[in-house]
Order: sequence, then C-alpha cells, then structure tokens
Amino acid sequence: MKLNDAVFGVLLMLLGAAVLAVVQGFPKIPGQQVGPALFPGLIAAGLVVGGWLLAVRGWRDRALAPWVQMGPWVRMPRHVLAWLAMVGGVVFYMLAAPALGFLICAALVLLVCMWALGVRPVAAVALAVVAALVIHLMFYKLLRVPLPWGVLQPFAW
Amino acid sequence: MEHALAQAFAMVFDPYTLAVMVVASLYGLFVGAVPGLSATMAVALLVPVTFFMPPIPAIAAMVTATAMAIFSGDIPGCLLRIPGTPASAAYTDEAFALTRKGQAEVALGAGLVFSAVGGLFGTLVLIVASPALAEFALNFSSFEYFWLVLLGLTCAVFITSDRPLKGLVMLLLGLLVACVGLNNPAGFPRFTFGSTEMTGGIGMMPMMIGMFAISQVIRHAVDTSPAAELVVEKVGGVLAGQWALAKRYPVQILRGSALGTVVGALPGAGADIAAWMSYAMSKKFSKEPEKFGTGHVEGIVESGSANNSALAGAWIPALVFGIPGDSITAIVIGVLYMKNLNPGPTLFTTNPQNIYAVFMLFVIANIIMIPLGILCIKVSKRILLVPRDVLMPMILIFCIVGTFAINNSVFDIGVMLVAGVVAWLLEDNDFPIAPAILGVVLGGMLEENFITSMIKADGNLMAFITRPIAAGLAVLTLLIWGVPLLRALLRSRSRGAVVG
Repeated sequence: MKLNDAVFGVLLMLLGAAVLAVVQGFPKIPGQQVGPALFPGLIAAGLVVGGWLLAVRGWRDRALAPWVQMGPWVRMPRHVLAWLAMVGGVVFYMLAAPALGFLICAALVLLVCMWALGVRPVAAVALAVVAALVIHLMFYKLLRVPLPWGVLQPFAW
Repeated sequence: MEHALAQAFAMVFDPYTLAVMVVASLYGLFVGAVPGLSATMAVALLVPVTFFMPPIPAIAAMVTATAMAIFSGDIPGCLLRIPGTPASAAYTDEAFALTRKGQAEVALGAGLVFSAVGGLFGTLVLIVASPALAEFALNFSSFEYFWLVLLGLTCAVFITSDRPLKGLVMLLLGLLVACVGLNNPAGFPRFTFGSTEMTGGIGMMPMMIGMFAISQVIRHAVDTSPAAELVVEKVGGVLAGQWALAKRYPVQILRGSALGTVVGALPGAGADIAAWMSYAMSKKFSKEPEKFGTGHVEGIVESGSANNSALAGAWIPALVFGIPGDSITAIVIGVLYMKNLNPGPTLFTTNPQNIYAVFMLFVIANIIMIPLGILCIKVSKRILLVPRDVLMPMILIFCIVGTFAINNSVFDIGVMLVAGVVAWLLEDNDFPIAPAILGVVLGGMLEENFITSMIKADGNLMAFITRPIAAGLAVLTLLIWGVPLLRALLRSRSRGAVVG
C-alpha cells in the first residue's frame, strides 16, 4: 500500500505536535536547566520540521504520486485473506491464548494461515497439529516457557 | 593475556558450543537459502533460543548463523534468480546469467570460497582494530560519546538511503520510541499512558522480531509474483577452478573485503549495501566492464567477499562502543545486554576472554562455512522446494512464542505485531528501516550522554567542542549534515537562476 508522502508528512507533524504538548507537563530536574522534557522535545521538533518538508514534497508531486495506491494484492481475495489470517492470527492468539491455551490457538492460527495461503486442507490440518506440538515441546518442555494450557489444563503433561 | 586466551579457547571448544555452532550453521544455511527469509531475520528468530544459553554459545549461534545465511543467500539467486537475502541482490542477475551459460558451479563456488575469504579478512580487521580502538575509547567522556553516537546516527541516515529526509524521520521515530518509559536521566515515566507494561520501555527484542520477521511474513502473504522455476538439474563440483580465480582477481578480493569491512563498520549500513557498492566498484575498475551482467564472475568474487566481510566489520563499533554497525549487530547488542556483557571499551579490559572467544568464533565460522556450504549446495534443490506457504505460518507462531518467551508477556506480542505491520507499511513506502533500529538501540545512550554533557557544560555549549577528539567528531558530523544541505541549496539556486 503506497501513500503520498504528504500523508506521512501530516501524520508526523501531528505526532510531533502531540509530543511537544505532552512534554510541557514534564517536571524539571531540581537545580538543573535540563530535564526529561528536553530530549523528546528536540525529537518532536525534528519530527514537525521533517513532516513539514515531506508534506511539501508530497504536495508538489501530487500529480505523480496518488494519495493512496493499493498494491495489486488488494484485488486478489487469496492475498487479502492471507494478510487477514496472518495479522488476525496474532490478534486472535493474544486474546484467546489465556483461555483456550497454546496448543488449540497455535493449531488454529496455523491451520487458517496455511489454508489461506492455499495449502491443501488435509495437509494443512496434519501440519498445523504437528507443528503446534513440536513448538510446544521445544518451548514448554525444553526451554520451560510457561505457555498457557487453557482449557486443556486437566490434560497438561 | 595467555590466561584469557586459554579461557577463551576452553569456552569456544566446549562440546556444547561446538554443537550449537553446527546446528546454527545448518539453520543459517537453510534460512539464507529460502527466499524471503533474511540473515537479520535468522538472528531475530534466534533471540528467544539464545535467551536460554550461556553467553558464548549464544554469540556463537548468532555469528555462525549469519555468516552462513549471507553465503547461502547466493544459492537461490544463482538457481532461481531470486536473492535468498538482500545481501545477494547486487549480483543475482550476474550469477543467474552464469547459470544460464551452464556455469552454476562457478558462480556458487565463487560465492562460497570468497565469502569465506572476505569473512576471514573482516575478522582479521576486527581482531586488530577493535582492541586498539577500545584502548583509545577508554579516555572518552560523555562529550565524545555524544558526538560519536550522533555521528553513527548521521551515517545511518545518509548511507542507508538515497532519501536522507525519509531516513531522518525514521531515525527520529526510533529515538522517540526509545524515550518511552522510566529509563531516562530523571527516572520520570514518559509516554506510558498509565500502563505498567510501558514503564519499562518498549521491548527492543519484540520490536525487532516484528520488524525483521513479522514484516517478512506479511510480505509473503501479499506477494503476487509468480513462483520461480528451477533451471538447473544438477550442480557439479564447486571448488574446481576457484584457486585460478583467486590468482586472477587478487586485487578485487582485497578491495571487496576492505570496502565490505569499512561499510560494515559504518553504523546502519551492512552486508547488502556493501555488496551493492562493491559490485559497482568492481565494474568501474574492471578491465572488462562490458562483460558485467552477461555472466562474468569478477563482480561476484568482489561483492561476494564484501558482504561477508561486512558482517565482521559491523562488530567493531558494536563491541567497542555499543554502536551497531548493521541491523544484525543491533540485535546482537540487545542480546549482549541481556547476558550482562554490556558492550563498550571496558569489555576489553575486564572480560578479555569473552572478546577473544568472539574472535575465535568468527574464524571457525568462516572456515566451517566451506564444507557445510558444499553440503548445502548439494541439497539446495530440496531446500528451494520447501513450500513457503507452510513455512511462513510456522514462522509466525514461532515469533509469537519466541516473543512471549523473552518476558512471558502478552503485551510484547502486541508490540511485535504493531512493529511488524508498521515496518511493512513504511518499507513499502521507501522509508528505510535501519535508521529507526539504530534510533531505538542508541536513543538511551544518546540522551544519557547528551544530558550528562549539558549538565557538565552548565549552559556553556562551547564545552561540547573544547576537547580535541570531541571537536573532531563534531566537525565530521556537521560536515556530513552540511554537504547535502549545501548541495540542495546550490541546486535550488541554480534552478532559480534558470527560471529567472
């Protein structure tokens, strides 16, 4: 997805301005002229200037660079689905893993992503289950990472 | 010194370390050879695993995996015309042209042998230069460090991109991210939005796993280019004729290795930029520049040695100053901090055995690259046929678990996802990632030295340039900023003259 530089420029200026506003409320180090506000303040000032220059450049080139230009993948359902599966998969894991547990969540995310990428369903199911078990073995058993069991708690091994 | 050397020897030749190196080699060769998986990603994915290792095996894993990955990135470039890692992109067309002529083994052999040679050259420079630099740096005060970090960040902006403005805003974004949390000279919680997770700052490792691994996974999901076809059935002996090449192109090998080491040592620029610059240089100084692009091995010899020497070069500023030379060492520095091996000149005086061990690891990695590389070329057809549609979802889960493993925090998984999506989007719009990474890694150091210097200077800004080395670094930094600005000014003036 391509955006005109001016879009980024305006966003950066807004970010810089917001930071500048927030750092006004930061305390000073007693007895010093400098404090926690100085460094982020300078960065924010730089962001405002850099954003302004980008915005000017984007506005100047607006005939050549459209405001928003989506990549060719947006018109292909397979790729849109794959994007959603990957990004949505991580969000789903974050929300559901504590309740459902690692094994179920990981296998589901793997299955949906592989299916979206066009792996044959039977192979996808088998691979998803095996991969989830192997990663679980590696991290939970060997590296002792406390991956959640969730609803499978009674069967924990 | 002998005692430290013996200690280093014992740590490196420990069976556990050696086993780690073999496994890391195979892993690195695989990751490098699969298009879409980069050497930086190899290190990012190693982080959660190295987290559970003692320091030296952890470093060993990262050193070997990256050396191997940068070499094996040549394999798909040569056989499929798709570079396995960005570092091979410079000469992919050349290597593929050789393959078309039925000389795939020459291209692969040159890639392998001169990768090892370049890697050893870079290692030699690392061994000679870094202790000397460290001794020099022991006298540095906050003023010198302030300018040094600023110089490093400046290099990152101007070298890594032909669009310094975009590089600059990326750097500023990185620095801003580094401001989040309590970790500032006043210990005041900044930009935490009242969240307890953010008081500790935004985790560097989750962010890097996102930027280097998740962004690649997303890129694969939206990649619409058709699958490439394998044109070679069998690759012959790759070592045949390499000695003759070495005798024919000694200057090229030396020039490539030297340029690679220097580019690697410059903050922000790594193996990929080294390879591009060195390929261009090879063509410029070649006696037969017209042959470049038609399947001529000279450029592969030179830039193949450059990209591997850059890996070792990048460790020089990383070990001596804690300033990463490329995105790989940016991750390495994070791991070193986690292992309480804080980089800096004192690392050379207080724990020299660790430094010697790093040197030895580099030498070993570049030597075992040759036999393992031959093995990898033999099975390359199988590696190239690995279905990436299966691999990428697995990497996604691995990233989730790996990120969670660092702090057992779900919040970090969110940081990883956001960093990944943002990096993907920004890179699509030609914003370079390296300056942002450097900003994140060096933000704390820059602010600390800046504030300390300000307090020491007590309002007198001249104090920043009264010490000679600080003044020298300041002049250099300002020059790098000044020249492009001046050029832009002159250009706008001459344009104005034409219009007027």
